[in-house]
Amino acid sequence: MVINVTVLDPAAEASGEKGTARARGRRFRVTGSTWWQPALVFVALVGLGYGIAGVFALQGRGFLWPYPHEVLYAAVAEPAAVVQIYPALLNSALVALTGLACAVVLGIGAATVMVQARWIERSFFPYAVILQCLPILAVAPLIGTIFGYNFAGKVVVTLLISLFPMIANTLFGLQAADRAQRELFQLQGASRLTTLVKLQFPAAMPSIFVGLRNAAGLSVIGAIVGDQLLGQGSPGLGTAITVFASRTQGPEAFASILIASLFGIAVFLVFGLLGRLAVGKWFDLG
Amino acid sequence: MTLTASPPTSAGVGAATLLDFSDVAMRFDTGTVALEGVDLTVRRGEFVTVVGPSGCGKSTLLRIASGLETATAGTASVSTKRIGYVFQDATLLPWRTVQRNVELLAELHGESSDERRRKAAAAIELVGLTGFEKNLPKQLSGGMRMRTSLARSLTLDPELFLFDEPFGALDEITRERLNDELLRLFTEQQFAGLFITHSVSEAVYLSTKVVVMSGRPGRIVKAFDVPFPMPRDPDIRYSAEFADLVGEVSHALREGHR
Repeated sequence: MVINVTVLDPAAEASGEKGTARARGRRFRVTGSTWWQPALVFVALVGLGYGIAGVFALQGRGFLWPYPHEVLYAAVAEPAAVVQIYPALLNSALVALTGLACAVVLGIGAATVMVQARWIERSFFPYAVILQCLPILAVAPLIGTIFGYNFAGKVVVTLLISLFPMIANTLFGLQAADRAQRELFQLQGASRLTTLVKLQFPAAMPSIFVGLRNAAGLSVIGAIVGDQLLGQGSPGLGTAITVFASRTQGPEAFASILIASLFGIAVFLVFGLLGRLAVGKWFDLG
Repeated sequence: MTLTASPPTSAGVGAATLLDFSDVAMRFDTGTVALEGVDLTVRRGEFVTVVGPSGCGKSTLLRIASGLETATAGTASVSTKRIGYVFQDATLLPWRTVQRNVELLAELHGESSDERRRKAAAAIELVGLTGFEKNLPKQLSGGMRMRTSLARSLTLDPELFLFDEPFGALDEITRERLNDELLRLFTEQQFAGLFITHSVSEAVYLSTKVVVMSGRPGRIVKAFDVPFPMPRDPDIRYSAEFADLVGEVSHALREGHR
């Protein structure tokens, strides 16, 4: 599994050079005048979905690729599907948020320790990078053996997937305060703790929230993948997708995937909004 | 208060001497010699400006005076703990309002919030930022950010005020206005000033004494007493005497650079 992690550069903003960070933020923003372009693509994609479903239906294999309206029906109205999908969503959400909470605490903690000395960072950061390269598929059985195949094991899978962006972004953010700002504190004889609390952490907040947004998105993936790999305990969306697919219940399987995707998007948006509320006044998160 | 400046070689430490450098040298681990044989005194009521080519160790002089660096040779004594330090850029914390930025130093010294607020209000008034207390740094112009930075240092009620090219990034008009404000603060607050710049006219306009440094390794090549009385008339900038002195200092600067 390859996971891309973006790291924001708050240094430019912190030192008053707003230009670069602003421009970067703007490049990815969907502005009011272009909303209809992605909407057009959406309509085209739905049309494509109907086209493919039509071809499958002609071949008598319609169960493999349902019509979009069947998926929508399964997702919101079909009692047999709804009764499985939404409790599964709740279970997965619980795993995702627990894993995310662990990743936030451990990630910020690890980065805070690493920023204390150059040698600590040099010694431990490579392992954080290795963590990101860990083939989760390969270690899942081991995690199951150690932590169990239910809730705890799934949380650990989620944690492993979402930890790296928290460490990397927090570490980057804690180093964002420029030399003059640090010297300002040094001149007043501020302690390491005071500097951390009053300078480094506030300066790191934009980065931490970017990390949080990425980690939150990954935690949803972690919860679903963990559910599929470990598969015991309260069934989540991963189990729902696997079960529906194995029973060739096309609309139900697609509906589960749709709900999982919407959940991922919602989490990403909510944590993005949280970041904007927290630091948007002084930092443009884009 | 005395406006008569002593020559830079004077070793006498009077009661009002706040900064006394004697044969100060600075050699970095990389082998670069930034300063060599620097003798400099700054007394209360003196505003000493150091001009010199880029990279001549002017800033190092301030860093030693403030305690950020330690001289590798000679003695550098500063006889006060109330040192104001104004950085090249405003160095404000972007998440704090003007008010909270100005309160920062008192906060770091563990003063009560009442005390902090009182000091900040006074300093904000001194620099003419009343009404902007709730603004964030990004809502301010470059000149106003620098005023905030000045106000922050003023809360320390500094006896020795160190300035590291604070107005270098500002436009000419803002710079001249801030020069006037700084002169007003200097006459009101009675601190000793050590100011780094590479603008000769700024140096002459602000100072009671202008010290010219050579290129690396930085040493003091000449010192000029500035005869114009305080408080200074802004129009003095356009007088013949002013132009003559600027010419002399510029000449010394070119000589030293050779």
